[in-house]
This record gives sequence, C-alpha cells and structure tokens, in this order.
Amino acid sequence: MPRMSYREALNQAMSEEMERDPNVFLMGEEVGHYQGAYKVSQGMLQKFGERRVIDTPIAEAGFVGVGIGSAMVGLRPIIELMTFNFSLVAIDQIINNAAKIRQMSGGQFKLPVVFRGPGGAAGNLAAQHSQSLESLYTHIPGLKVVMPSTPADAKGLLKTAIRDDDPVVFIEGELLYSQQGEVPEGEYTIPLGVGDIKRQGKDCTVVAWSKMAKLALQAAEAFEKDGVSIEVVDPRTLRPLDEQLILRSVRKTHRLVILEEGWPYAGVGAEIAYRVQCKAFDDLDAAVERVTALDAPMPYALHLEQKVLPSLDRVMAAIRRTLYLEE
Amino acid sequence: MATVVTMPKLSPTMEEGVLLRWLKKEGEAIRPGDVIAEVETDKANMEFPIEEEGMVLRLLVKESETVKVGAPVAVVGEKGENVEAALQGAGASHGPSVGAEASQPQVPPPEDDRPTLRIRAEIVEQGLREAAARAEKAAAEAETARAEEAEPPGPEKIFGTREPGAREGAPLSVVPQEEGDGEEDETRVVPGRLRASPLARKIAAEHGLSLRQVAGSGPAGRVVQRDVLAALQAREKRAAATAQAPAAQAKAAQAKAPAARGPVLAPEAEVVPLSQMRKTVARRLTEAKQTVPHFYLTMDARGDALWAFYEQLRSLHGHGDQGGKITLNDLVVKATAIALTRVPAANASFSEAGLVRHRRVDIGVAVALEEGLITPVVRDADTKSVGTIAREIRELAARAREKKLRPEEYTGATFSVSNLGMYGVREFAAIINPPESGILAVGAIERRPVVLERGGEDRLAVQRVMTLTLSCDHRVIDGALGARLLGAIVQVIEHPLAMVL
Repeated sequence: MPRMSYREALNQAMSEEMERDPNVFLMGEEVGHYQGAYKVSQGMLQKFGERRVIDTPIAEAGFVGVGIGSAMVGLRPIIELMTFNFSLVAIDQIINNAAKIRQMSGGQFKLPVVFRGPGGAAGNLAAQHSQSLESLYTHIPGLKVVMPSTPADAKGLLKTAIRDDDPVVFIEGELLYSQQGEVPEGEYTIPLGVGDIKRQGKDCTVVAWSKMAKLALQAAEAFEKDGVSIEVVDPRTLRPLDEQLILRSVRKTHRLVILEEGWPYAGVGAEIAYRVQCKAFDDLDAAVERVTALDAPMPYALHLEQKVLPSLDRVMAAIRRTLYLEE
Repeated sequence: MATVVTMPKLSPTMEEGVLLRWLKKEGEAIRPGDVIAEVETDKANMEFPIEEEGMVLRLLVKESETVKVGAPVAVVGEKGENVEAALQGAGASHGPSVGAEASQPQVPPPEDDRPTLRIRAEIVEQGLREAAARAEKAAAEAETARAEEAEPPGPEKIFGTREPGAREGAPLSVVPQEEGDGEEDETRVVPGRLRASPLARKIAAEHGLSLRQVAGSGPAGRVVQRDVLAALQAREKRAAATAQAPAAQAKAAQAKAPAARGPVLAPEAEVVPLSQMRKTVARRLTEAKQTVPHFYLTMDARGDALWAFYEQLRSLHGHGDQGGKITLNDLVVKATAIALTRVPAANASFSEAGLVRHRRVDIGVAVALEEGLITPVVRDADTKSVGTIAREIRELAARAREKKLRPEEYTGATFSVSNLGMYGVREFAAIINPPESGILAVGAIERRPVVLERGGEDRLAVQRVMTLTLSCDHRVIDGALGARLLGAIVQVIEHPLAMVL
C-alpha cells in the first residue's frame, strides 16, 4: 500500500471523484492558481481546468451559497473553506439553507455538497484562527460532520462524503496535513457513521477524533509501560455518531475519557458522555471524564496556547482518575 | 412549630456528652447563636450554641447528666406551642421537664458527622426515621421484658430422662439458600449513604455480595470494581479453604501413615466431592456462626396437653380431615408463629440502617436431605390453620427431596424451626439462618420425672416434657426479649388449644 500524506490522500480522493463524476467540482479561495492555501488541491487546476477548479473572491457567504445552489440543481460541489474559522461568515448559508432545504422542500431537492477545510489550533494563530467548531455543526440536524484522523480515513471518508446526497461538513486537521500513512489505492470508501478502533485495550476507553486521536494514542503508549491498556476509539464521523462502537468499548473497559480539542461547554464530548451514562450506566466503574480545551478564547502566546489545549499530562491524569490510580 | 433540640456532635469522635450546666432557663428567650448550655465532650468542655429563635419551652435533661449525641435535650419554639406534639413528632420518648424525675430520652444518634441541633426527624430520610422509631420501640419492649424477668418463674422444677421414639421423617437443623442469597437484601433495607460505582453495584448484585461488606477504595470511600472483585476473590478463597480442609486432612493423614508406627491408626479416609448443596451449607453456616452473635436460651415445656392434642388430631385420620397427617413438628411451627405475633419485636432482622421489623410471620422448617438440608418456608404461618401448615410442610418437604423447590419457596423466612426430636435428641442448639434473627431447636417429647408441688409438698411425678432451645441473634434479640419469646412458645405448647383460635 502506498504511503502518502493526509494532504495527498485528500487530493487523491477529490481527483478520483472528479474523474469518476463530471458533476463534481472544487471551489474556494486559492484552490486553483495558488494550488491551495495548504496545497491540498495541488495540481488539480492543471488536471481539471478552470471550469472545475474555481478560485473565488474572499466572500465565504457568496461561494458557499453558490455551492448550495449548484447542488440543488444537480452538481456535486466541494466547497473549500480556507479554514473553518471562516465558515462563520457563511454559517447562515450552511445552517439555514444547506441543512434545511431538503426537509423544507419535502424532499424535492437533494443537497450533495461538501464543505471542507482545516479546523483546530495550529500554533500562534490567536483566538480567531484557532477554533474547533465541530460542536456547532454537530448540533444541527440536516448536516453530517466528518473529522478524519489518518490519511487513509481522509481519503475513504472524503470520497463517501462527495457521493453523499446530504450536505457534509468535512473538517480536516490543519496539523495533520503532513502526517504520513498508508492509503489504499483507487476505489476506497468508508461509510459515514462508522467509527474505528485505533488501538485495542481493556482498561479504559478514550474517544478522540482528528488531531486528538493522535494524542490519545500517545497516552495509550505511555500507559502501556505501566501495564495499563487503553482502547482508542475514533468515531471519525461525529454526526451520525457510531454510538454502538463506543458503547461496546465502554462495556468492555468500564471507563471512558472523551478527548476533544473544542471547548467544554456543550461540546461533542458532552453528548457522548450523556449517551454512555444513559445506555451503559451499569457498566461504568467511574464517572465519565472529559478532556477539552480550556474554556477561554485561544491566547496568542505559544506557551499559553499549550496550556489551553488538551495535553498529554491532562489526558493521562483523566485516565488515571477513571482507574482510581494515585496521581 | 416547636423544635426538639438534640445533643450536638461537638467533636469528631464525640458519642455522648455531659450536660454540665444550662445557661438558659425554661421560658427564657433565645436567639440564634446563643449558648444554651455547657457540654463536656470526650475532648473538652464546649459551648452549645443554638440555631433557633424563640424561647426555651422545656429542658429535658438535668445538669451533669450524660446524653448521647442526637438525643433530645430541650424543646424550643414560640410561647404556648405544644411540647408533647413536638416530642412525638420527633419520635422521641418524652419525659416530663427536668424539674420532675425525668427518664432520659434515648434516640439513636444521627449518622451525620456535622453538628446537628435539630432533631433528625427534620432532616433525615423517612427510612432512617422509621428504623430509629422501630429500634426504640424494640428497646422499650425489651425494657418491659427485663422488668418481668425479675419475677421468678413458676414453682415447678422439671427434671428429664430420655425416651427414644423417633417420629416421622421431617425436619432438622438449619438452612441453605441460593448461592449469594440471604446476604443483605438491598431492597429490604434503607440504602443509606453507600457509595458505589454502577458497575460495582452490578457485579455485586450478580454475585449476591452485599456492598456494605466491601471497603471502598475510590474517592469518599466509593466502592469500585476492583473492590468488589477483591471481595469476591476473598469469598471464593474462604469457600475453597473450607471445601479443601477435609481433603487436605485426609491427604495429610495418608502422607503420615507410612511414617507412623505401632498402633497409630491411619484411617482409610475417603474424600467425597462436595455437592453444590454441601458447599452452600458449608459456606452459609460458617458465615452465620462467624458473623451472627448467637446466644441460647433453653426451657422445658410440659408436653402432656400437646401430646393429648396431637393424639386427638391423629385420631381424626380417616374422618375426611387432615388430622391424621399432622405431626408434632407442625404443631411446634404453629406455636412458634403464634408466639411471634405475641412478641413481634423478635420477628426482626438486623441491618446497618436499622432493625427490619417483619410484618409477616414466615417460618422456615429445616428438612433433612441426603446431601444436606434445606428450609422450605411456610408463609404467614400465624394466620394458617394447623391443617394447612401440615399440608404445606408435607408438600414442601416432599418436593425438597425431589429437589424441585423454587428459590422463593426456601428463602425469605423470618424465623426458623428445627426439630431433631424424632431422632431421640433431647436438646440441641441450632445455627441461625441470616437474616433471620432466631431459630427454635426442638427436642424429643418424652416422659420424665418431674417435681410437682401439691398441697405445699414436693412430689415426684411422670409427665411428658419437651425441651426447647432458642438461638438468638443478639443484635436483634436481647436476653429478656428472647426469654419472652421462648416463654410465649412454651405457653402455647402447654395450652395447645390456642392453636385453633
């Protein structure tokens, strides 16, 4: 299996889908001549031409709206947001149009559109450019939300997202773009709503996605030396959520830590914690722990940013609490 | 409404305090924060501040009197409020004010650790309050019984000889139940403040382990999975040790045999594998004897009336009645049930949350089986006729021998009866089947020489006598209460017509 970066895997997914289906096109800021702000669309303009790889002005509300409109008339747009921080400018289009039209038209319109781009903090980008906004989108019925953590997942899930007839919010990890991994060639799709166990374990389940799945694996590694075995569950799709996978894991380990880069209040982890305590109550040996960013806008200073973001120490401390191990 | 003020816990280890000096008199106005008394604790002399506003309505204890933490010491409120009602509402036995000769009111101390000025009734959960009230009532009844005990029993002294004569196959000693059953029944007692993870609760429930017997290692003493697993392991180890002991002994005997010389016997021992029932019997009886503080009371009952009654019932056989099938044991079961209704305080079980007073009289009847014994239960034996009881016991015993009893048919008795009289046993002491608090061991009814007083003279006579030994759980039944219960059983046996009332 060829090794490639997360960025290349995304590029491969889009390119394969555009070759497969002439209705698929890519639109966004700097996707064409600049080869993508993060070089995800490298070479695509040359390959597919200006009609299918379209540079837009800095006007998210406008080109997100154009994407929704073109999906309504039968195209399959991939709308790249330079980062999901900028999706806030277009959030009315996403929530009030993309998420609603299928239902409000009584099913007359399908909305096969993908909004994709990086999310999360990436170092010294300050409060407005370091946000993890997945909980905003998972809150909305009518949207699907996908957050892959590996190159292979990125490819398989993006191909499925492009083929899906509903609007998909596809949030990539800005710090994952260079991550290398094996990626199956050609036709490789992963169904939405199906999670993955990234590491088997028996003592405590850590649910984490995107960049945080890596942190969870680091914690698991660190605990292995002490003979504590951590299971890392990556839901990959936050909505629909692979609830059964998480429940099965918790029923095995009896302990759960949910790790997310977003803020604590009404975060995705809050919903997962609720469902687990509700449906696996008798299997829990400890209160469900959450590790999140601190409840504050992101500071610019790097050492403060590191304080705010979930750290290995915090994750390990949370795992220890569920195991009733001394600090 | 008037409020009952109780002795506060003024130091972490304080269990009782001496009320050194009242600083407020009856009728005196009080405001929150006022010091109403000085109290000597195990640590120091402390001020006793009050939270209430109004006036002191009544002081319940005298100066220099020792008072348990949580026991009422005063009633405060607005002028003219009803002191008695407040005391009754608080579940406190009320005494006159300290001017008169006050008996010291006793209420079990609150479980809470922080200083509590208000009587628990206002704060504690309903269950605890009821348990406290029951405990108090039982204590009061025991008190009465103690007073009665001071008077000597009747003038007759009974001596015994032994008359062999086993009756038809029935009962025996104690009591196996389902694996894990009969530990503390969580549904029956108030859960209190037990902390446990849901998983710990689930595992404990699956294995019939009482979480109250497990020390919690989590935050604030929370019982978590590892604690339950450790407790289960320890239990298994105990059971295995019990099971292996005879085998080990036999092995040791064999090992020693070759080395042994002369007449030292190396008995040809054989290890018979333990049946499930034998294992359960072994585990439960060991547990019962080790954890329940037993004591024993023995009385002789004059048996002529019972014997005559029994013969009469037997003679009804063939008259379309049940009489023919009635056994002496059935009559003793009925007598025990009647006695329990007369001494209801003894029909109770011990639990950490309080004494569980049973409303029903369900008698377990020990039945011997080839590989052990079992105690099927006659429900509501106090309200059933002797004929019904006889039929049920016969039927349950038959199904017990076929191993066809359902768990609900041999669990949940409130008291038990075990009878070895048919084997000629004159008297014996049985092991209690927890959570029951007592078991009656019934000896043979036999002719013995007895001393009777007639016309101011002692004379020897021959009468039927039956020796009864009551095993009591001292946590529930004190000596006097046990004596009252046993006395009540003897009373019914000596006047068996009570059984048809």
